[in-house]
Amino acid sequence: MSIVAEMPSKNFELLSKDGDGELLEIAMGPHHPSTHGVFRMDVVLDGERVVKLKPVFGYLHRNHEKIAEGTTYLGSMPYTDRLDYFCSLTNNWAYALAVEKLAGLQVPERAEYIRVITAELTRLQNHACLMGFLVQDMGASGTPLMYAFREREKILDLFESLTGARMMCNYMRFGGCRCDLPAGWLDGAKKVVAETPRFIDEFEALLAGNEILMARTQNVGAMSRELAINASITGPMLRAAGVNYDLRKVDRYGIYDRFQFKVPLGDHGDTYDRYMVRVLEMRETVKILEQALAGISDGPIIDPKAKLRGFRPKVGEAYGRIEAPKGELGFYLISDGGPNPYRYRVRPPSLINLTVLEDLCLGQLVADVVVILGSVDIVLGEVDR
Amino acid sequence: METLEQIKARIEVAIPGASATIIPNDSPSAQRSLLVDCGHGLAVAKFLRDDAELKLDYCSNATGVDWPEAELTEKFKVKQVVDGVEKEVEELKKTLRPGYLEAVYHLYSMAKKHGPVIIRLRTENRTDKNHLPSLTPVWRGCEFQEREIFDLYGIVFDGHPDLRRILMWDGFKDFPMRRDYVEPDDYEYEPTPHDDVLLKSKQHGEQESKV
Repeated sequence: MSIVAEMPSKNFELLSKDGDGELLEIAMGPHHPSTHGVFRMDVVLDGERVVKLKPVFGYLHRNHEKIAEGTTYLGSMPYTDRLDYFCSLTNNWAYALAVEKLAGLQVPERAEYIRVITAELTRLQNHACLMGFLVQDMGASGTPLMYAFREREKILDLFESLTGARMMCNYMRFGGCRCDLPAGWLDGAKKVVAETPRFIDEFEALLAGNEILMARTQNVGAMSRELAINASITGPMLRAAGVNYDLRKVDRYGIYDRFQFKVPLGDHGDTYDRYMVRVLEMRETVKILEQALAGISDGPIIDPKAKLRGFRPKVGEAYGRIEAPKGELGFYLISDGGPNPYRYRVRPPSLINLTVLEDLCLGQLVADVVVILGSVDIVLGEVDR
Repeated sequence: METLEQIKARIEVAIPGASATIIPNDSPSAQRSLLVDCGHGLAVAKFLRDDAELKLDYCSNATGVDWPEAELTEKFKVKQVVDGVEKEVEELKKTLRPGYLEAVYHLYSMAKKHGPVIIRLRTENRTDKNHLPSLTPVWRGCEFQEREIFDLYGIVFDGHPDLRRILMWDGFKDFPMRRDYVEPDDYEYEPTPHDDVLLKSKQHGEQESKV
């Protein structure tokens, strides 16, 4: 009690009056639980309203790109797992795709199917977890997140039996995949996929019409279509703003042209749309998985021309990109003919999607910053690299 | 989409004085790029974004590349008369390539769903003439990526709204992604009182071992 009484009264004036023009600067993070990692936002508040917000990066920076320049092409593959550690298989795929473009490798059909199946399973668990985390950030402690993690557990079990690791899968290789599916894996995957719609229904019944969720997300952090395009926003966040741009449809990389699925779009670009686009995307993902699991056939899983040792692509450069769960993940490689890449660049969707964070948060309540950041869907391993 | 030759020709017509060079790419990806002169970089970027045919409204990737000064060797065959007989002899020609820094932009169109068009901007050298025009006013998506290039390569982007270090801390001096960057032994070394204690204990240990 006595400590409070001794504090100068001026500080309390700043805090007590709402919107009186006196500004308060606070640092949210780097150890704030809502930042999903070590990430800081320097926020300036007028009352409870945000008038300025500057994101501060670099707490997890280890210069992934420099390390990759000092190792072989294949040596970077396990390192890509650590970028967005929720989605190691899509990271593997994006890197493999860029190297395949650089070296002109052809991926056999079975490997393409395995890639689609694993990538879409990754998308399912990423979106499930994101929804769990987002609702957790709003104060629904525990239950929804545990439901999401229960679902993720089943998918991680599949990854473990396929690759030997639950999160750091290190599974794809240039021109194919590392190993074939173990016996009975497809049946296990079919079972998980068949159960998923029930989980999505349950999750939606629990949350989509929830009054608190709607009050906390609708009209919060709205983004216009034009801003989204100009600021290079990608992934579900872009589609929530109403822009129809999904690389699975635009680039049709891999064998995505064989599957029937729709691209869900939002109307308002607010947090609720970003949430709902992901729910709908999960339903479409289930459709792709059902088709892929039915269509997979036997065959080789790696291009016979692909060399694991002594791999030296010709001089040149290539940019390969895929639709990762968080947005467009691209790899830009320059080869000088040696065993190491001359330049290795990761285009991180998490970092670039944060470009508009300040625009989304201006004028919002400080409590909504947490929700808006949660709906952007970042992983700091990828933001800082 | 138009070929790179057509885009180059249209740029040179639309923007007087601008020059563009096609950089070949012999790898199987065959993604060729367009080297734009820095003086007209911003105008070219605006043209590419606003042109009705191209509509490159989306800058996917912006990144830096360091090309230090290097000696390039070229092999070519020369006809020489040796002992009265004409022969083809291989000769090596050495040229010194001056060092420069490069910014590479991968552009796509969300409206027309085509791409990529790759443009490159080069600085004059790696030391003092390391300025390039910022393309953030054209594509805001470059904001953090250009900051990253500035941070890791040391290219100064003129016209960038907020050019600060992004991944390294503010007091950091060097540019870690350059090819000739040398890591310090310990990034966070500061002399502490503990150093004396360590030294003492080491000396103490040496005396003990002598006894």
